[in-house]
Amino acid sequence: MKQFWSFVKKESLEIIRDKRTLLVVIAMPTVMILIFGFAISIELNNLDFVAVTPEPTREQEQIVNEIANDPYFTFKGYVSGQDVYGTLRRGDAVVAVVFDKDFDRKMAGVNPSGQAPLQVLFDASNPNTATQGLSYLGSMLAGRLGTYTPDTHILYNPQLKSAYNFVPGIMGLVFILICAQMTAVSIVREKETGTMEVLLMSPVRTTTIVASKMIPYFVLCAINLLAILLISRYILGVPLAGSLWAINGISLLYIVMSLALGMFISTIAKDQVTAIIIAAVGLLVPILMLSGMIFPVENMPEWLQWVSTIVPARWYIDAMRRLMVQGVAFNTVIQDVVILSAMTVFFIVVALKKFNNRLS
Amino acid sequence: MDNNSDKTIVVRDLVKQFGTFRAVDGISFEVDKGEIFGFLGANGAGKTTAIKMLCGLSRPSGGQAFVAGYNVARQAEQVKRRIGYMSQLFSLYNDLTVWENIQLFAGLYGLDRETTARKGDQMLRYLNFTKQRDSLVSDIPLGWRQKLAFMVATIQDPEIVFLDEPTSGVDPVTRRQFWELIYDAVDRGTTIFVTTHFMDEAEYCNRVSIMVDGQIRALGSVRELEQKFNAPTMSDVFRKVASTATRQ
Repeated sequence: MKQFWSFVKKESLEIIRDKRTLLVVIAMPTVMILIFGFAISIELNNLDFVAVTPEPTREQEQIVNEIANDPYFTFKGYVSGQDVYGTLRRGDAVVAVVFDKDFDRKMAGVNPSGQAPLQVLFDASNPNTATQGLSYLGSMLAGRLGTYTPDTHILYNPQLKSAYNFVPGIMGLVFILICAQMTAVSIVREKETGTMEVLLMSPVRTTTIVASKMIPYFVLCAINLLAILLISRYILGVPLAGSLWAINGISLLYIVMSLALGMFISTIAKDQVTAIIIAAVGLLVPILMLSGMIFPVENMPEWLQWVSTIVPARWYIDAMRRLMVQGVAFNTVIQDVVILSAMTVFFIVVALKKFNNRLS
Repeated sequence: MDNNSDKTIVVRDLVKQFGTFRAVDGISFEVDKGEIFGFLGANGAGKTTAIKMLCGLSRPSGGQAFVAGYNVARQAEQVKRRIGYMSQLFSLYNDLTVWENIQLFAGLYGLDRETTARKGDQMLRYLNFTKQRDSLVSDIPLGWRQKLAFMVATIQDPEIVFLDEPTSGVDPVTRRQFWELIYDAVDRGTTIFVTTHFMDEAEYCNRVSIMVDGQIRALGSVRELEQKFNAPTMSDVFRKVASTATRQ
């Protein structure tokens, strides 16, 4: 333990001494959140939708078929009125077309209230999807409904705020960049200066060296997490509707995974430049392109969706969107948590193995 | 095996094989307690690989080696506790102060706070570094860094110190001063295992070995070797022996 803490102290001192890097690490997340937090518009298709009706009539089926045949929408089946909110919350669909129980009669003209016999529910946790999808669906339905305008309800993000959507994305990006890149660079730097050799010659265990390197970056990221959550809540007005325990817990899991990933990179990279390039090309690009941070995953060709499954940020961002914006229960993000845990274990095991292999 | 108390290192037919390449090809030698042993050889002769095995950092492919009485293959942890190591990079942390470096290395060997403070003070006084206690290592001259690196490598009172080209890139005066530190350590009973490319430094050693193509081709005191190879100086001995190399 003595060895461990003297090493943690040394690592912390080194980070604090490097004022410029420290400033970047502390300021980057805040600045990025504020910049990205506002309007960026992206196109989308393959929106999943469900239809809600007690008993689909011919008339209703025609409408459903028309939407289903449209390239922008994918029909996911009929659900009951009770299940529709759950379906949207779980992300099984982003649109629900709800038919009035007297839809046919009202369309035929028997409609004393004059209200539209059709309702559209839209999950707007991704605001770009929502705005574009809504206007498109609206114009499509207009031809069918004649004089009626569909009654639309935007769920989860009623003001269509982009920030809602980008905060989880930025978190997914920032933590991986700080943890993975910084740990990788700091380990590789020790290889370059020869201090790693001295450490390995000392009786300190490899696992102790590696673990104590993680601690200061873990603390740094925890501080960033706190800052991001505060900015999100009080400046950008993200609801943070889900359990704070789950948001923090999953974020810390993701941070640990990033640290393990950094260790893994350090075992491949020979010098600091290589480590930075690997981190930039191997992490930054996939996160920007494939994680769903900017381009929705459901909008990608199927093969690319498969590729995106190996991008850890995809699962983290998905979990954060659901928890922070939609406020769903923890058990709906269990898949994300399981995948992230598996990735964490994988990187730790492989990195330690490679670390030890290099010695013999 | 022979756990002779007067032998700090006992090496028998030590081999390290990488695929089809024999980096170390069956070397055998012994180093006495309190001896300065020079481990010479051209670049690529297998010196570094051999040192790594002796320090418990790399597993031997064959043969045996005992350092401070412990088997390097099976008791690497025990070996590491009893050795000091300093490389040609004088591996200190440049962004830490002199004192913080001392504290870190003391911590790595599990020294308690009191011992660390006492030894650290002792060390700084001995080196005349008391004023530089809180200077960053990057701000002190190279020669000073080298001395500090040596002292830090011996903070846990190791039985033996491995020095891998400790004087490369340092001027002759500083080198001379550095060797005085080494002699002081030997006087305290420490064994020194040193590699160098400077033949005048070989003269400071009690015995030297010359490694060629993974094998030890010459072993003895400088005088013995000069006689045996009929050469006027150690440099000539080295050239004669090293020229028998066949591998690239």
